[in-house]
Amino acid sequence: MNWLSRPVSDIQITHGSRLWLYIVSGLIMMFLVVPTLIVIPMSFSDSQYLEFPPRVWSVRWYDNYFGSPEWMTATWVSVRAALLTVVVTTPVATLAAYGLSVSNLKASRWIFILLITPMMVPVILIAIGIFFAYAKLNLNNSMFGLVLAHSVLALPMCLIVISAGLKSYDMNQELVARSLGASRVKAFLVITLPQIRFSVISGALLAFVVSFDEVIVALFITGGEISTITRSMFLALRDQIDPTIASISTVLIMVTTLALVLTQVFGQSDSP
Amino acid sequence: MIKALPIHIQQVVKTYGRIHALDHVDLEIKSGEFLTLLGPSGSGKTTLLMVLAGFTRPDSGSVRFGDREVIRTPPHKRDVGMVFQNYALFPHMTVAGNIGFPLRLRGVQKDDIHQRVEHALSTVQLDGLGDRRIDQLSGGQKQRVALARAIVFEPRILLMDEPLSALDKKLRDHMQIELRRLHEKLGITTVYVTHDQREALTMSDRVAVINHGRLIQCDSPRTIYDYPASPFVANFIGESTLIPVKRSNGNVVLDGQVLKVSGAVPDGRCSLMLRPERLTILPDRRNPDYNVFPGVVEEVVFQGESFVAYAVLESGTHVSMRGISQRETVASLPSRGKAVLLGLHWEETVLIPEANEDAPG
Repeated sequence: MNWLSRPVSDIQITHGSRLWLYIVSGLIMMFLVVPTLIVIPMSFSDSQYLEFPPRVWSVRWYDNYFGSPEWMTATWVSVRAALLTVVVTTPVATLAAYGLSVSNLKASRWIFILLITPMMVPVILIAIGIFFAYAKLNLNNSMFGLVLAHSVLALPMCLIVISAGLKSYDMNQELVARSLGASRVKAFLVITLPQIRFSVISGALLAFVVSFDEVIVALFITGGEISTITRSMFLALRDQIDPTIASISTVLIMVTTLALVLTQVFGQSDSP
Repeated sequence: MIKALPIHIQQVVKTYGRIHALDHVDLEIKSGEFLTLLGPSGSGKTTLLMVLAGFTRPDSGSVRFGDREVIRTPPHKRDVGMVFQNYALFPHMTVAGNIGFPLRLRGVQKDDIHQRVEHALSTVQLDGLGDRRIDQLSGGQKQRVALARAIVFEPRILLMDEPLSALDKKLRDHMQIELRRLHEKLGITTVYVTHDQREALTMSDRVAVINHGRLIQCDSPRTIYDYPASPFVANFIGESTLIPVKRSNGNVVLDGQVLKVSGAVPDGRCSLMLRPERLTILPDRRNPDYNVFPGVVEEVVFQGESFVAYAVLESGTHVSMRGISQRETVASLPSRGKAVLLGLHWEETVLIPEANEDAPG
């Protein structure tokens, strides 16, 4: 039988009649991905300027990136900020998700919405707010301030992922563990946490990505020594168009994609 | 043999907003007794169990295990075994890991744990399944693992919250008998929650009927069934039709007929309890042991092991009568529209006081 006239599943629709859908979906996916991927060949160009397609291939811009103390400092700032954001956000989000899941407060729904507002408010507003707040608190241009701000931005995603993991977890297990002699903390650590660990890891990876990719807040509240890689790239783009940016972007895409792939891998194995 | 403890529950009150989940409950549970908390959903039976387990803190009242007041003791220090409705086994541990969990918490030596887990496994007839994963077990096996885990550390009190409700009927009937046997073997004080009246009657030493947060009656299954203390108990346990009776000159009268009654006649207004299986069809009025109610058959329904005849009495009251499907009774079945004499032996003629405790409080 021809593939086009074969039914899609148990229903009467054939692949042939779905063909337009496949094409549209394919185009949408290309539109989403191609602009991101186009920097990869551009980064291997020998030219002084950004060009596509490159006429001569070279890795000189990677040498330029890895050989530049400024770029390396900025990268190191980003990595440190992202890791510290993970360290701050993951326990907070886990505790919040747990608390909201076991609480029978009517207000818990509203608390949840309050905790995910950073995801819904335009980041520029958050950035302006944080900038003025930090000006008073003297936290601008500090790693502590940056991590705190990134944690605010990362909390919603992290909370949603861990809450979803807890939803399929049977809280009676913790009651049983406590009746069998485990204190509440012990019951959480020995019984609950191992079973939601993949959601927690996914949440942590997402927190890493949120911080690592963030540029707007960083533009407002950091500078000088504490400039993240994304912030430096943004400023570099304004001053000069240099293929170093393309090579850095390629590295960032690799890191982010890896984190997201890991999130998917871990997120799936939590379901019983 | 585990040394059992009695449980003393005194004046326990728990309110949620304006709802009385537990309304001044007093209950004495004897050492080694199998007591069932029976009631409809939302009656407060599970709340009472959670109070015993320590997960729900009552507003006031006292709960003592033996001489020890436990109202402020957290769950993990109560030494109470607990079995939940959905088993709540730990899926990230093996069967042996689950059963050994309470022992590891208590710092028992490794060899000792192994030995006691094996012993618990054989107590619930799961020998050799210690290495299985939880998702490899059937429903009945999971039930047994949950039970083994709750008794392996030799608690003096065992609490069970509808542990059999997830099983199919055949397995449930089997497990009821098995739980009963296990209870006799261990002699552990057991508090069992169910909404299934048949299960309560089958398994318990005593049944405590709870409704609207109040303890209505606590008696042996026979007493609960034969002499319900209120219309609620009469209707909740078994089927029954309640017909209000009048009094005249110290006698109890129904439709102009003086009733021969078993047991004491309660004060105040009361009703006659007619249970379908207690009624028989009489050939005539000659047997003096029976109260006789003439009526007309409306319908006869065959239900397999038994049949039910629906009849209307002269007063207009609808009653039903149940008989077993046996050759002789089936042959004597009345047909629709026929007049019959329904007889109730005087020893089974029981009056129920019309109490007001059924009103929601």
